[in-house]
Amino acid sequence: MRLKSRHLLGLEGVSRQDIELIFNTAVTFKEILSRDIPKVPTLRGLTIANLFYEPSTRTRFSFELAEKRLSADTVSFSTNSSSVQKGETLKDTVQNIEAMKVDMVVIRHQAAGAPHFLARCCNTKVINAGDGAHEHPTQALLDLFTVWEKYKKIDGLRVVIVGDIKYSRVARSDIWGFKTMGAEVAICGPTTLLPYEVERMGVEVYTRLETALEGRDIVIVLRIQAERQQAGLLPTIREYVNRFCLTPRHLAALKENFTIMHPGPINRGVEISPEVADGPYSVILSQVTNGVAIRMAVLYLLSGGRLPNSRRKAKAS
Amino acid sequence: MESDKLIQVMDEVAVARTITRIAHQIIERNGGVEDMVIIGVRTRGAILAERLASEIERIERVALPIGVMDITLYRDDVQNKLEQPLVQKTEILFQVADKIVILVDDVLFTGRTARAALDAIIDFGRPRSIQFAVLIDRGHRELPIRADYIGKSLSTTLEEKVVVKIKEEDGIDGVLLGGR
Amino acid sequence: MDEYQLVVTGERIIEPESGYSGPGTVYIKDDSFFKVERERPSEKQLKELANLTRLIDATGLIVGPGLIDMHVHLREPGREDEETILTGAEAAAAGGFTSICCMPNTTPPLDNYGIINFVVERARSAKVRVYPIGAITQGQKGEIITEIGDLVEAGAVAISDDGYPVMNSGVMRNAMEYARMFDIPIISHPEDLGLVGSGVANEGFNSTRFGLSGIPGIAEEVMVARDIMISEFTRCALHLAHLSTAGSISLVKEAKSRKVAVSCEVTPHHFTLTDDLLESYDSNLRVNPPIRTKGDVEAVKEGLKDGIVDVIASDHAPHSQEEKEVEFQAAPCGMIGLETTVGLVVTELVEKGIIDWMEFFKKLSLNPATILKLQGGRLQVNAPADLTIIDPKKRWVVDPKRFKSKSRNSPFIGRRLKGKAKYTVVAGKVVFEAES
Repeated sequence: MRLKSRHLLGLEGVSRQDIELIFNTAVTFKEILSRDIPKVPTLRGLTIANLFYEPSTRTRFSFELAEKRLSADTVSFSTNSSSVQKGETLKDTVQNIEAMKVDMVVIRHQAAGAPHFLARCCNTKVINAGDGAHEHPTQALLDLFTVWEKYKKIDGLRVVIVGDIKYSRVARSDIWGFKTMGAEVAICGPTTLLPYEVERMGVEVYTRLETALEGRDIVIVLRIQAERQQAGLLPTIREYVNRFCLTPRHLAALKENFTIMHPGPINRGVEISPEVADGPYSVILSQVTNGVAIRMAVLYLLSGGRLPNSRRKAKAS
Repeated sequence: MESDKLIQVMDEVAVARTITRIAHQIIERNGGVEDMVIIGVRTRGAILAERLASEIERIERVALPIGVMDITLYRDDVQNKLEQPLVQKTEILFQVADKIVILVDDVLFTGRTARAALDAIIDFGRPRSIQFAVLIDRGHRELPIRADYIGKSLSTTLEEKVVVKIKEEDGIDGVLLGGR
Repeated sequence: MDEYQLVVTGERIIEPESGYSGPGTVYIKDDSFFKVERERPSEKQLKELANLTRLIDATGLIVGPGLIDMHVHLREPGREDEETILTGAEAAAAGGFTSICCMPNTTPPLDNYGIINFVVERARSAKVRVYPIGAITQGQKGEIITEIGDLVEAGAVAISDDGYPVMNSGVMRNAMEYARMFDIPIISHPEDLGLVGSGVANEGFNSTRFGLSGIPGIAEEVMVARDIMISEFTRCALHLAHLSTAGSISLVKEAKSRKVAVSCEVTPHHFTLTDDLLESYDSNLRVNPPIRTKGDVEAVKEGLKDGIVDVIASDHAPHSQEEKEVEFQAAPCGMIGLETTVGLVVTELVEKGIIDWMEFFKKLSLNPATILKLQGGRLQVNAPADLTIIDPKKRWVVDPKRFKSKSRNSPFIGRRLKGKAKYTVVAGKVVFEAES
């Protein structure tokens, strides 16, 4: 079986069959993770570079663990974007990747389209681990997988994403993914944090949290960054908390057996109250476990197609 | 259909007799079935494992734990294929450490599948021993692997096909040989 | 028989001022047109002419006044690695332009007599005519107006802070009021920086999809509206550079209906490219103003068709490979255009019936000449002998290896085009002749 694309750059346009294939593969990997030796030799000899141009702990750890569980050789690079000169490094990296015969690259970058840049310039497979405000496909896949495991389906579920939609790559990937899998998706946030013509992505748009939550199965709460307030998009964080922070009093509006998700890291008391974040309906921790299984599935499914000849040459040089 | 060119080398009765014989050999060699587990390689090996287990149960009145193994992730050609094989679930819901593992597959050919299965089992724990049972050994090994229990040895050419049919999967039991 | 420097005869000579389109012959003597006849000489005369002088038989080609690109960036002084006055002029000649006007955003900027004079001196050895455009404000900082009198004296043909807007409306008012004294147009780069913010792409559904921060159309339109108002108030001629939105076009339409002294230009990329293409994140598509929506492209074409848009200019903006081969948002804005403009205009506008050849020579020659009060743009006796002869049927593929420009930043690389300059004639001299 094979995914349609040789890269995973985003979930926009990824078919339902492909997402289901990733799910089914992830089920197997989840079982492997529960073994005594939670490791398989599948990607032995394959070299994966993790390029993190933006601080990230959980996504990087999750990818690194997934790679190690599959026995791949990994090199990791992480830097704070402010410490590298704009642009230059990515081009340099491209050349290094070519020289090191890296088979696969996992990239996190503050610029939307940076993974596309790599995919275009190097002869390697690229997995987007978050690019600017564009997409974060593996995060959305693990959100979808977590929901799919709990409800055994996604079709017909009513999902709402709350918070800073405009600058959120998770929101975009979640919207595409949940829509493809047949969920009904709404977004809710202050108007200054809603991107232009977002309704054309096929979502309902709300600006009042109480209304947005009515009859929802899934609530995905996004992190609010202090920069938004500094950029003048919010008058104060206080007003945001008053209007959009998910607290226990909101939960009655939700459907029975509802789920609260958060891609992390959480600002407790800003976008979500601690009681809700740590409540029994929160799947935030199983999202973390599923993250490794989903990433193993993606790595495995994209790993095929290497020519034995070029491999031999690579080794010789 | 392919069956036009294929000749039958084992029928339903022969398959059943062979499984019974292997069951006896396993019991005899191990002096019983204590600490024994059975693991079959997906897909037909898993079904044969179940049959073997029920034969042993009939003889010894002991129900052995049965596991199913998908060896895709242990294959040595995964990265060379353009299309990744679909990974199926491995279900080994018991400890293999210090157990006698009877590994079951339908055909032993190059030995690569057996090699992958051995690695996979060892990742679950350290068994006391692993013994390998196959319905057909058709030769042409590419690795130093041998079976402990063999239903039938067939001398084949590389071009020939060995087709094992199992009721649960194919509607009938039997082994066919053919090709050029 | 007289001795001529060059004689061009053809079945299709276009003289945009008089509106003549038909057979004709142009006789050039001493850098200027000596005789312009609306007929072809007899075969016998042709043979005689051919013996005496250089004769171009433009049968199957289209002959018109030399094309003028009133909006290019030549990067000299400051970034001679990207383009120089001489290489830019060479690219212009290859693209069919006989005159180009270079914008002042160089390092240092063209904001004083000395530096305008430097450009004029450098341009003497250039293949085509190069006219500098002086800065509106000192250092293009948008604060204090330049010595416009000096700039004009040194040879500036217009005043603009292109590359940057004049954000302070009071400063713009002073500049227009002051420039009127010298009878020189102000070229506005209409962009409100507050509305642009950190934007890198047209704000719309596509910027939402691709996660690129948006530049709304209104960032351009509020400045278009403002500058029209200031122009109307000060009675200074205003030329609006690189308009890109439907809203801007309708603002100009409305202003023209009130007889405000306003003219405007659009670029080939704004009538050919839409923001759907940003899916590739190709940094060669990063340009300012950004490529817009299909609706905007249609409105720009409509504006070209009904004459609201006076001029087509390339906004030729060379950038080094190193600077462009980066993430989309980190790339500098701009693309080269001198060598692709004619092909794009013919393919996208003339072939599709949006403008005819007469309009072609108006928007690319007569109108810029009129706006900037240049001598070119006309096939008339005593006018400077600048000609562009176009092969309207020539099919070609944009190939970066053939660019005369020092830079390669074009999103049109690989594109199939129809129509190309066959000869470029400046002051009676053939400065470019296409290989057949």
